[in-house]
Amino acid sequence: MKEVHELNLPEDVRYTKDHEWAKLTGDTIKIGISDYAQDQMGDIVFVEMPDVGDTFEEGDEFGTLESVKAVSELYIPVGGEVVAINEELEDTPELLNQDPYGGWIVEIKPKDTQEIEQLFDRDAYLGVLKDE
Amino acid sequence: MKNGPGRSGLIMDEPLLWEKGKKGRNGMSIPESDVPAAALADELCGEGPDFPDLSEVEVVRHYTRLSQWNFGVDTGMYPLGSCTMKYNPKINEKHAGAEEITSAHPLLDDEYCQGTLRIIYELQNFLAEITGLDAVSVQPAAGAHGELAGMLIFDAYHQNKGKKRSKILMPDTAHGTNPASAALCGYKPVPIKSGERGILDVEQIRELMDEETAGIMITNPNTLGLFEENIREIAEIVHEKGGLVYGDGANMNAIMGIVDLKKCGVDVLHLNLHKTFSTPHGGGGPGAGPVCVVEELKKFLPSPRVDFDGSTYKQVEDTASIGRMHGFHGNYGVLVRAFCYILTMGAEYLEKASQYAVLNASYVKVKLKDHLHLAYDRPCMHEAVFSDKNQQENNVSTLDIAKRLMDCGYHPPTIYFPLVVPGAIMIEPTETESLEELDTFIEVVKKIVKEAETDPDLLHNSPSRFKVKRLDETQAARNPCLCG
Repeated sequence: MKEVHELNLPEDVRYTKDHEWAKLTGDTIKIGISDYAQDQMGDIVFVEMPDVGDTFEEGDEFGTLESVKAVSELYIPVGGEVVAINEELEDTPELLNQDPYGGWIVEIKPKDTQEIEQLFDRDAYLGVLKDE
Repeated sequence: MKNGPGRSGLIMDEPLLWEKGKKGRNGMSIPESDVPAAALADELCGEGPDFPDLSEVEVVRHYTRLSQWNFGVDTGMYPLGSCTMKYNPKINEKHAGAEEITSAHPLLDDEYCQGTLRIIYELQNFLAEITGLDAVSVQPAAGAHGELAGMLIFDAYHQNKGKKRSKILMPDTAHGTNPASAALCGYKPVPIKSGERGILDVEQIRELMDEETAGIMITNPNTLGLFEENIREIAEIVHEKGGLVYGDGANMNAIMGIVDLKKCGVDVLHLNLHKTFSTPHGGGGPGAGPVCVVEELKKFLPSPRVDFDGSTYKQVEDTASIGRMHGFHGNYGVLVRAFCYILTMGAEYLEKASQYAVLNASYVKVKLKDHLHLAYDRPCMHEAVFSDKNQQENNVSTLDIAKRLMDCGYHPPTIYFPLVVPGAIMIEPTETESLEELDTFIEVVKKIVKEAETDPDLLHNSPSRFKVKRLDETQAARNPCLCG
């Protein structure tokens, strides 16, 4: 498994303590899992996603990831309505391992775009990882 | 240095049955038909099923060879944590196979099967005595089925009190089946983080337990192999708010005949006869998961149960029963085996079995803790949870260690569970293993730990001595091929 300094942690996304990332483009937010999360989980074999139109409050479970090691819940970093899911993941869940930041899981229309500011930036997330 | 029982040798190859045999070959000679031929309706005609054409010896060799690729507790040590893979005494099989039992028709009226009912009745009583609880139903077919019965009882109890509850407290060390069983009954599992010492923290439960919460599910000892010392205090908090305490008996092998669960505050408990009571296990069962309750909940138990009025054994239905969990008498053959185990052991030796199970796990824990990272360095019960933390610098993972153990002749331990320990390696030797067996196992693990430093690729490429080598688990999960 990767050491903390080996992790790919881009500056242009925000992170959560549960290792999801969120990125605001226009008025929607794409959500995925961090390099750390995919590395810890190992090969991901199945992604269970919500339906377009589902709404979630911040912190709600919005899906599950299954890897060869375990099943993990996905928690939504920012509340809102699902406007798209990444259907490619249904047949190629390995995208999340190969390119965790290109491989988004859901796209939401947040109730409040400002909520994303509450999430960790790269440095704060690095601090979280160093404590793990 | 010992290598363990694993040795390389001749492994017979064996194709699929359809790749063997020849058209027209047969296992028996069927007498010439003396029934006159008659025309069949068209809709009954068509291509027959695709059966292979084989002789008797081809079939016998086929299954014998497949069985030789297998590994079971009759082959060697099976330290699969949380599963209690203890030896299954052959005397159990003898009695379960007795004609009086195998020929008894499940639809016989009670008066014609007094003996078979008596076995259920006495087993119910034994299980009540062993757990300290008041009443038992042997209907559920396995552990998770027992949990489901337990959660249905929770629900029936709260409905009976006039108020449905919506949540249930769930420790993060719980088996995955616990939240699943609760969710099937409409409860939302509320996760509880284990405290720093690997056990439940009373204050957290005081904070989370409210009158919307149906109760708590506790496995004791928990899946870290640690005894939940605060169970009585936790039970008091839950009871004060009108909740119930569910005991998951998966780890009963550590406390059989020693801990009185009713005194611990447990209201409902399931047992795994296929773990604690030595009935066969693995390969999908069948198992049996009797559910035991306190007097107040007896009326909700799954039906039928067996009662005795001093002269006759009868199947009875409790007044507010949650209903049937299984056809007929539950997995009856499994019940007979467990009954036989209890009778052959007796109270004294059941207690000793638990003591030895704990002693064996503690011995392994102490002997290996300087070699593998120990998640919680505290007195353990029937199993010890290590991890791959010390091996990570050599890029060797828990999976590699487990695979290498196979090459050395052991069934791998449970890995990556419980989830609270990253890279968990969960070892449960059970009381079955002798001191010599344990010492050999310990030597082998130490050897593997050394190999992880000196020759990591040996571990990465394990197993190498089997019919099949390292399987591509990812590919198998992503693109399962289920049709040969």
